Amino acid sequence: MSAPGYAGLTPLITEESRPYWDGLKEERLMLQRCGSCGRIRHYPRPMCDACYSMRIEWIQARGTGTIYSWATTHKAFHPGFRQDVPYILATVDLTEGVRIQARMRPSASNRLRCGLSIRMGFEQVSDDLTLLVVLPDDGL
Amino acid sequence: MDSHSLRGKTAITGVGETTYSKASGRSALALELQAALHAIEDAGLTPADIDGVIPMLNGTGIADDFVANFGMTDLKFSAVAALGGASCVAALQYAAMAISAGVCNHVLLAVGRNGYSGPRTPARVSTMPHRRVVSEFEGPAGMLAPAQFYAPMARRHMEIFGTTSRQFAEIAVVTRSHARLNSNAMMTAPMTTEDHQNSRMVVDPFRLFDCCIESDGGAAVVLSRADRASHLAAAPVYLMGIAEGHVDSPSAITQRADMTRLGVAKAAARAFSMAGITHDEIDVAELYDCFTYIVLCQLEDIGFCKKGEGGAFIESGAIRLDGQLPVNTHGGLLSQAHMGGMNHIVELVRQLRGEAGRAQVKGARTGLVTGYGDLGAGSIAIMQRGNP
Repeated sequence: MSAPGYAGLTPLITEESRPYWDGLKEERLMLQRCGSCGRIRHYPRPMCDACYSMRIEWIQARGTGTIYSWATTHKAFHPGFRQDVPYILATVDLTEGVRIQARMRPSASNRLRCGLSIRMGFEQVSDDLTLLVVLPDDGL
Repeated sequence: MDSHSLRGKTAITGVGETTYSKASGRSALALELQAALHAIEDAGLTPADIDGVIPMLNGTGIADDFVANFGMTDLKFSAVAALGGASCVAALQYAAMAISAGVCNHVLLAVGRNGYSGPRTPARVSTMPHRRVVSEFEGPAGMLAPAQFYAPMARRHMEIFGTTSRQFAEIAVVTRSHARLNSNAMMTAPMTTEDHQNSRMVVDPFRLFDCCIESDGGAAVVLSRADRASHLAAAPVYLMGIAEGHVDSPSAITQRADMTRLGVAKAAARAFSMAGITHDEIDVAELYDCFTYIVLCQLEDIGFCKKGEGGAFIESGAIRLDGQLPVNTHGGLLSQAHMGGMNHIVELVRQLRGEAGRAQVKGARTGLVTGYGDLGAGSIAIMQRGNP
């Protein structure tokens, strides 16, 4: 899946988010869990909003969820995505109770609806970057 | 009475705009200063009377520019508001607080931008600190522009409540019809529902005509201490209720429990309570309209209809000039110009003064204006002509 000459955007990774991005490279979706109260949160950030603890653990998500919403981008807002349009970005309720936003593969918006079961996949776009993608649960 | 402490303490005494265009041929700062000067003159003041200034971040100028160009010798108050498109209305609260506290008497709020001929919105917002989370975790997947940020909120609303693109169209069409009554509007070609439905898809469900325009120009207002407002040039328009509201998960829409609720839902109740005014008394509403859907969602969140009933409310003709709640009588960001919502404040004041020309809502005395931005923050001001 590696695209030679990846022209998209690369993330500005922080100390808090490094384990998340490293996890994707190993095809694992890693989520922060509060080391004090156990609350799972996403996106990665320094503090638990329930108990203000800064103790952080990482857990691997199951990679399953349901569609909360989505949108299909027809205009490339950056030259690096010109060859990708139209593309669907799906908002997904993960089984763990947080959400992710990722490309839907394959592009099949006419099948999409809120609550549709999906599973997560991984796409290596460059040597240093692997992105999360959303796949229909039935493998279509 | 704490929550009513700003009620009627200040009034907008001056409003000003430049001509809106696609190519101003002037610097954004020049536009901002020009609009500011118009607003100050409209109030019957001179720059020497201004002792507070809030330059908008979505413009160009900083307080120093006003000190330098207006030759201000003793500026007593300056601030910045960082709520994206909610900033202009939110800044009215900052100004009202400073004036009520006795810090200053006349605060200038100004925006100037070359939004069409200069850098466009996706380029501008990509560098804002508010976008840091989206840029890191969603940008690489191709999430870059406001149309993309807000389209999933609209899609969710459509899926849950049955809201339709034709209902969005009604907002675009009505707003355009109002712009056609405004001699300083950029988009004045007639628009039909079919024109909207045939406009190209940008980010489904948003078509081109669901999206606001970009503009070169400037807009400004002066907020004054109420007891200094009554003897000035124009009829004072009193600030009766004012509030800002922030969404849960403000930096990532994706993580927001309910994507169909905006920050203004929290602010509206506070503003109405402060004003002691009911929804029925609102004669006209200027609602921040970066996208058609945002108008619909605000109508629900402010409480003009129930959550999920915005589509039907709009379809009933309510937001037309002759409807129960005329909305965006100047043409809004969709068709007049994009001045970050300062043009909405200008228009509300003109409506309440009875100076709105062909778009005048007959007998308008009480109205509201909102701001929306920064991924969901909201601000709302309720204003009234006549003594509070």
